[in-house]
Amino acid sequence: MKKQTTIIWNVCLIAALFLLLFILEQTVPSGSMLFMVLKKGAIYALVAVSMNLLNGFTGLFSLGQAGFMLLGAYTYAILTIPPESRASVYQYFDGGIVQFAIPVPLALIAGGIVAAVFAFLIGLPVLRLKSDYLAIATLGFAEIIRAVFQWDKLGPLTNGSNLLRNFPTFQSVLYPFVVAGICIGLIVLLINSTYGRAFKAIRDDEIAAEAMGINLAHHKQLAFVISSFFAGISGGLLAMYQTTIQASMFKSAMTYEILLIVVIGGIGSITGSCLGSFLFIACSEWWLRFLDNSNLYIGDFHLTFMRPGFRKVVFSLIIMAIVLFYRKGLMGDREFSVEAVRKFLRKRFKKGQTAEGGASK
Amino acid sequence: MSKENVLKVENVTMQFGGVIAVDNLNLEVNKGEIISLIGPNGAGKTTAFNVITGVYAPTNGAVYYKGNKIIQNHPQGKMKKLYRGENPVTYTGHRALAPTPDKITAMGIARTFQNIRLFKSQTVFENILIAKHLRRTSNVFTATFRLNAREEARMRQEAEELLEIVGLTDVRDELATALPYGKQRHLEIARALATQPELLLLDEPAAGMNPQETLELTQFIGRIRDEFGLTIFMIEHHMDLVMEISDRIYVLDFGKSIAEGNPEEIRSNPRVIEAYLGGAQDE
Repeated sequence: MKKQTTIIWNVCLIAALFLLLFILEQTVPSGSMLFMVLKKGAIYALVAVSMNLLNGFTGLFSLGQAGFMLLGAYTYAILTIPPESRASVYQYFDGGIVQFAIPVPLALIAGGIVAAVFAFLIGLPVLRLKSDYLAIATLGFAEIIRAVFQWDKLGPLTNGSNLLRNFPTFQSVLYPFVVAGICIGLIVLLINSTYGRAFKAIRDDEIAAEAMGINLAHHKQLAFVISSFFAGISGGLLAMYQTTIQASMFKSAMTYEILLIVVIGGIGSITGSCLGSFLFIACSEWWLRFLDNSNLYIGDFHLTFMRPGFRKVVFSLIIMAIVLFYRKGLMGDREFSVEAVRKFLRKRFKKGQTAEGGASK
Repeated sequence: MSKENVLKVENVTMQFGGVIAVDNLNLEVNKGEIISLIGPNGAGKTTAFNVITGVYAPTNGAVYYKGNKIIQNHPQGKMKKLYRGENPVTYTGHRALAPTPDKITAMGIARTFQNIRLFKSQTVFENILIAKHLRRTSNVFTATFRLNAREEARMRQEAEELLEIVGLTDVRDELATALPYGKQRHLEIARALATQPELLLLDEPAAGMNPQETLELTQFIGRIRDEFGLTIFMIEHHMDLVMEISDRIYVLDFGKSIAEGNPEEIRSNPRVIEAYLGGAQDE
C-alpha cells in the first residue's frame, strides 16, 4: 500500500475515533463509568507507552514511572492553583511560596520538563546499571521522591502530606485523548526515526550496537529522559482527572499497574500498550464490579462467595490466564495498523480460497 | 610503494587479575593490506581485537590509528602490584586514553564478531540502516519531527546500495536471524561497512563455514577491500583462506607474538609449526 494511502487511512481512523467520542459524550449520561474508564484509560495509555519506550524499545527495565508521574502531577498542581485559593489549600503553610498561576498547557509541559530534568540527574549514575539492578535503583528513586514530597519542611512548596486541590481540571473526555494522542504520536515518530532504530539496536544487542558506533550512555540517557518527560505529562493529566492529589497516591503499586499494562499489551508494541490500558482500567474498575455484589442469586441459589473485593480475585485470575496463554502479551511486538489488518484479511481470504480449491479437486 | 601506517599496536599487554591474555604485543597494519592474526585457541587473538576496538582498556601499552595515538594506558591501582608484563614504566606519567567502542568506530575502525551479533528483531535492511545512525547530522528533535528527510533518504539509499553490493537485496525484508549462516556472516560484514570504515577488523569471518562458503568469503573479502579501499585485519582459523588472501600474518601463542611474515615465511617457520601448524602438517 502506498504511503499516502496509509496516512489517509490513519487520519480517517483518528477522526472517526474522535467523532465517536464526541457522539458518546452527547448521548451517554456524563456520570457513566464509561467516561471514567475512557479518561483514565487515555492517561494510563500515555504513561504505559512512555514506559514501553524504555522497557520495550530500549531494553531498560526501569520501575520509576510513578515517581516521574508524581513530579509531573505536583509541578502541574503547584503551578496552576489560582493565587486566590492558595491560602485555603496551603492553610498550614501560610499560603505557600508560589503565588502565581500559569496557563494549563504550559503547566503540563513544565511538569514534563521537571520530570525530565530529574530523570537526567538520576540517569547519570543509575543508567550504568543493567536489568534488575536498574529496576531496583529506579524503584528506590520513586519511593524516595514520594517520601521527600511528603516532608514537612518542603510544605510551603508541596503542601507536605496534605492534599493539593482547586487546580484547573477537565470535563470533556476529549481533553485527555487529545493530549495523550499528541504525546503518543510524538513517541511513535521518535521510534520510527533513526534514533528509534538506535534504541532498538541497544535492546537487541548492546555490544553490537556500541560497535556500530551508537553511544550507549548518550542514547540510554536520551530514552530515559524522553520517557520521563511523557510520564510527567501523564502525571499532570492524572492530577487533572483526579481533581486532588497527594504524594501517597503514587505508590510503587502504581508502577506495577503500568508495568502490567505494558506486559499485557505486549512489550514493544505501542498499540498493545494503548489497548492494554483501556482493557486493564475497564476490567479493574468497571466490568467486574458486579462481582462485588454480595446479594447475587442464580435462581434461588445464593452465591455466597461473592463479596466486596471478589472482583480482584477474578481480575488476578484473568491476568494469570493472559500471561499463560499470551506469553508475549496481547499484541506481542506487532502493531495494529491498517496495513497489518489488510495483510491478515488477505491471508485469511487466500487460505479460504485454497481450501475451497483443494476441496473441489 | 610508500607504506602508510593505518594501525600500530605498541607494547600492548592485557592482564586480567593474574592472567596475562596478551603479552607485549607489537604489530603494524599498513594501508590496503590484508593482515591475518592466527594462533591456537586461547592465544589472545580476540582479546587483542577487543583492546583495539575499545571493549577493554589495555593494562599497558598504546594503539595508534593513522599515526594518532587513540588508546594508551599503564598499570594503575591494584594492577600496579599485580602487573607482571613488560615495559611497566614506559607509559607511566602519560595520560590514559580509553575511548569507548562507539568512538573507535566513529574514527573509522569497524569490526565483526566471532559469534554473530546481529540485531535479532530487525530485518536485514534495518540492520544495515542502524549502522548508518553513526554518520547522522540530525539531533533527536529534527529526527522526530522529520526535518532530516533528506538525510534519512540518503541513509536508506546508501543502505540499499550496500545490500546490492553484498548480494542480499533479495532477502532485504527478512529477519536477520532467518538468514542462513553464511549470509548472516555477509550481513555482519555489510553492517560494519555501513559505518564507512577505513580499517575493518574481522573476527573469524569463516568460522563454521564449509569449504565452498569459505571460498566465496575469500573472494568477497578481496572484493570489498578493492571496492571500498579498505585495510583488513582479521583473525582466522581456516588456513586456506589465511594463506591465500593475507599479505602478512602475525602468529600469537600464549599472548605473545611468536612470528611475523608473509604466508610463505609463516608456513616454513619452525616455531609456528611447533606451536600451531604442527598437528595439521602431514608432510
